[in-house]
Amino acid sequence: MSEDYKDMWKSLGLNLEAHDMLLKALGKGYQDIYMTQQNRPAGMGYFDFVMSEVHGLRIKELIDEKRAGRKVIGSFCVFVPEEIVLAADAVLVGLCTGADFAMEDVEKLLPRNTCSLIKSAFGFKLGKVCPYLESADMIVGENTCDGKKKSYETLNDLVSNLYVMDIPQMKSIKGRDLLKAEYMRFKNAVEELTGITINSARLKKGIEIVNNKRKAIHKLSILRKAEPVPLSGLDALLINQVFFYDEPIRFTESVNKVCDELEMRIRKEEGVLPKGASRILISGCPMALPNWKLPWLIETSGAVIVGEESCVGERGIKNLTDNSGNTVEELMEAIIDRYFKVNCAIFTPNQDRLKDIEEMVKTCQADGVIHYGLQFCQPYLMESISVEKALEAKNIPTLRIETDYSMEDVEQLRTRVEAFIELIK
Amino acid sequence: MKYAGIDIGSRSIEIVVLRNGNIVHSAKTDTTFDLLAQCKLLMKGIEAAKIVATGYGRKLFTDESGINHVEAITEIQAYALGARRIYPDVRTVLDIGGQDTKVISLNSNGKVVKFEMNDRCAAGTGKFIEFMAAALQVPIESFGAFALKADKKIHINSMCTVFAESEATSLMARGEKPANIAIGLHQAIVDRTFSMLSRVDGKTPVLFAGGVAHNPCVKSLLEEKLRDTIIIPDNPDMVGALGAALYSAGR
Repeated sequence: MSEDYKDMWKSLGLNLEAHDMLLKALGKGYQDIYMTQQNRPAGMGYFDFVMSEVHGLRIKELIDEKRAGRKVIGSFCVFVPEEIVLAADAVLVGLCTGADFAMEDVEKLLPRNTCSLIKSAFGFKLGKVCPYLESADMIVGENTCDGKKKSYETLNDLVSNLYVMDIPQMKSIKGRDLLKAEYMRFKNAVEELTGITINSARLKKGIEIVNNKRKAIHKLSILRKAEPVPLSGLDALLINQVFFYDEPIRFTESVNKVCDELEMRIRKEEGVLPKGASRILISGCPMALPNWKLPWLIETSGAVIVGEESCVGERGIKNLTDNSGNTVEELMEAIIDRYFKVNCAIFTPNQDRLKDIEEMVKTCQADGVIHYGLQFCQPYLMESISVEKALEAKNIPTLRIETDYSMEDVEQLRTRVEAFIELIK
Repeated sequence: MKYAGIDIGSRSIEIVVLRNGNIVHSAKTDTTFDLLAQCKLLMKGIEAAKIVATGYGRKLFTDESGINHVEAITEIQAYALGARRIYPDVRTVLDIGGQDTKVISLNSNGKVVKFEMNDRCAAGTGKFIEFMAAALQVPIESFGAFALKADKKIHINSMCTVFAESEATSLMARGEKPANIAIGLHQAIVDRTFSMLSRVDGKTPVLFAGGVAHNPCVKSLLEEKLRDTIIIPDNPDMVGALGAALYSAGR
């Protein structure tokens, strides 16, 4: 990124020195992990560019949007409905939670045994290095896991614009009622923030934009399952990560371009790895940008990732929102229906998630599942044991990994990943 | 034609050379801080058609040793192969090495079906025993025999090397017999190992390999817990290198 953005970052109140360090580390990580991959589709060039400008051009765009009167809403979770945000001409962005930063400061505010994702969100705030968070007019927290729920109480002391959304824990009628009440309240809050009244035409348009984005990913998910695999799991993950940051219409076009290229590749039987490479399904905690540790280990050990049962992946984009309603009420009901199907581990019981995993193993023709759990993430770690048992009962080899964002356990993890690949060969 | 396997662990390096399926040479040395130099020392004078490396140093060895015909496999595969050669009916392999513990479950055809390893923490590994022996001022080689002299078993709560050491120290300050503390420390390792064995649904016979298999107290407490005998090969340290050599020879 060029020097041109220094003033912009300064005006957002970023700590320039720390921010430079972060960008250097991010650039190096990207270079080492992404640019060393072989046989990447040319269409990934767009995503390389997005990454090189993730704190630059994209932030400039957001600031320009703000100047034009649009509001920016930041989120930490796939339960925050983008349809509603877009319907009010606002922009939804994911907030940074994928790398350790300013950990000494974080641990003054949060217990050490808090998961990396939550700590990371605080690190970016305390270190003053997340331009998305600093550009946001509203930050939406959501009561998913206990860690996030309670940490928002602390985050509320650090920011002036936190909005907390309650999320049900059971897929019951009462649960749905709660989600409905909260999405209605969110709609009102967004209307108040933007000064725009959300009507059915606006909501329909919002739904269409988000659905198109999801459809592009659905297509990509189908294409990448071909044998030989035409797109690396790392690149597919990157696209799923950029989903949360990029301008949605441009993102959709760029994903569709990659899809066109993948279709060509499939016809020519061109893969990122030769035919017969072990195919792995990842399932578990979300991998927020720039958390590439486990996929990198897997794909530098001779296997290829064919799907992610994750919020940054299939779980996050799975269903479309029904766009056939004509009134705001009907469309809101459709939005609630769509999000209520997200099978996050905060729900109890959550057997549908297991069904999703088994379904993905089949459609992705995966040879095995690696369950990714962030250390101290109670919901997913709890489920990892029952998921492992259920999958193994169906003779689907499963490896449970529990780790965090640090790199100190990379060699131990590599041994496990390699041994798992030997086992499924 | 000779085939070699080298197991580069955190504490020691072992080499096994096979010719026509028979072991014609085996040797062991400390890893030290310069593991490549130690590997070269072990490799001196050995001409093998192919060499297979395993252990935590396998990557460095394949990348940096400058030897051609080198391949790497994980310890999981190496121990499974080696153990099956020593005891063909083996269904579970337990290896407690210098910095990690692994349990490997094999099906009746000898294929690895599941494995567990300790995470980044060295709790319950050879390193733990080494620290505790030092804290009680007993030579590591005789620590197991020393613990077996206990007249009662003290319960040690902590599995963390640092916490267990302070727990042992405060027990000593209270006048507890060192042998009783020692057996408590051994029991802590065995309990942890046992839970790993349960997680892979480990079936018997169990073969116990790695440096800690030399420790008679771990063996006896483990047998007590398993209610079965466990197999300890003559050279428990060499199982990984043997497995690597077998892989090198094409099994």
